[in-house]
Amino acid sequence: MDSALTLILGHYNYWMVVILMMLGLYVAISRGNLIKKVVGLNLFQTSVFLLYISMGKVAGGTAPILTGKTDTVYSNPLPHVLILTAIVVGISTTALALALIVRIRESYGTVEEDEILAIERRLEFPKERNV
Amino acid sequence: MNEIAVDIVLLALLAATAIAIARLRNLFAVAMLASVFSLLAAGLFVSLDAVDVAFTEAAVGGGISTVLMLGALALTTREEKKASRPTWVPLLLCAVTGAALIYGTLDMPRFGAADAPAQQHVAPDYIARAMPETGVPNIVTAVLASYRGYDTLGETTVIFAAATAVLLLLGFGRRKRGKERE
Repeated sequence: MDSALTLILGHYNYWMVVILMMLGLYVAISRGNLIKKVVGLNLFQTSVFLLYISMGKVAGGTAPILTGKTDTVYSNPLPHVLILTAIVVGISTTALALALIVRIRESYGTVEEDEILAIERRLEFPKERNV
Repeated sequence: MNEIAVDIVLLALLAATAIAIARLRNLFAVAMLASVFSLLAAGLFVSLDAVDVAFTEAAVGGGISTVLMLGALALTTREEKKASRPTWVPLLLCAVTGAALIYGTLDMPRFGAADAPAQQHVAPDYIARAMPETGVPNIVTAVLASYRGYDTLGETTVIFAAATAVLLLLGFGRRKRGKERE
């Protein structure tokens, strides 16, 4: 019983992060709306950040800013550096995706994937009806 | 113990927000909830000792990203249409992937373990040598700007490329023409 509690508390962060990741993935692949897809990708991305930061945490540690005392325990600073870079790259891709969506809306008049595909099909096979 | 309680509550709130995002069809509400999600994640980053990451996430994820999202909504649509395809295929896919990932986490070191390989490899070196070598007390800054300065240069290149691409795509000078087409 005690070991089960240890397992759950010791892995709760990772499991919740996996659940968040899968919610993001679900939104990204199940929704037809392109903006909703981008939001889903963002969810996924933030969950990955949480996974990395969780792995860098040391119990009883503090933020990796030197205090001058010798007995201070610091959390691992390296995941923080990685994720700082990842956040900035993430906002760049989000901005690019949203700009593409705005252009798609201008050309097709919709941001729903199904409708875009239907328009594409009509352009490609203009003779066929009801495709 | 307090930290663990904060952890559990924040992660539960994050999950609730993510579920709400998945279910809502009003995109304005979705954009706002995505901002809430980023802010909650920033709070969690503080409790996980990643203060630099926390304020970047709050500013970028909660701020800039929401502004961009709202701008895109203003130029496109406010409402998501009902999906016409079956939803059980992606659901199954996510369940299988999630189960595999959770199975993978069972081998991971306990959360917060000081003797985990990630904590024992090069991190102690950086912590010990950052101050004498760079003179910056914040180790994250020391690594970001000094040891891995080239990576940060690469990161700036990515932002530049993205900004250029956005400007080229939206072409602010000649937007008016396409407006009537809708």
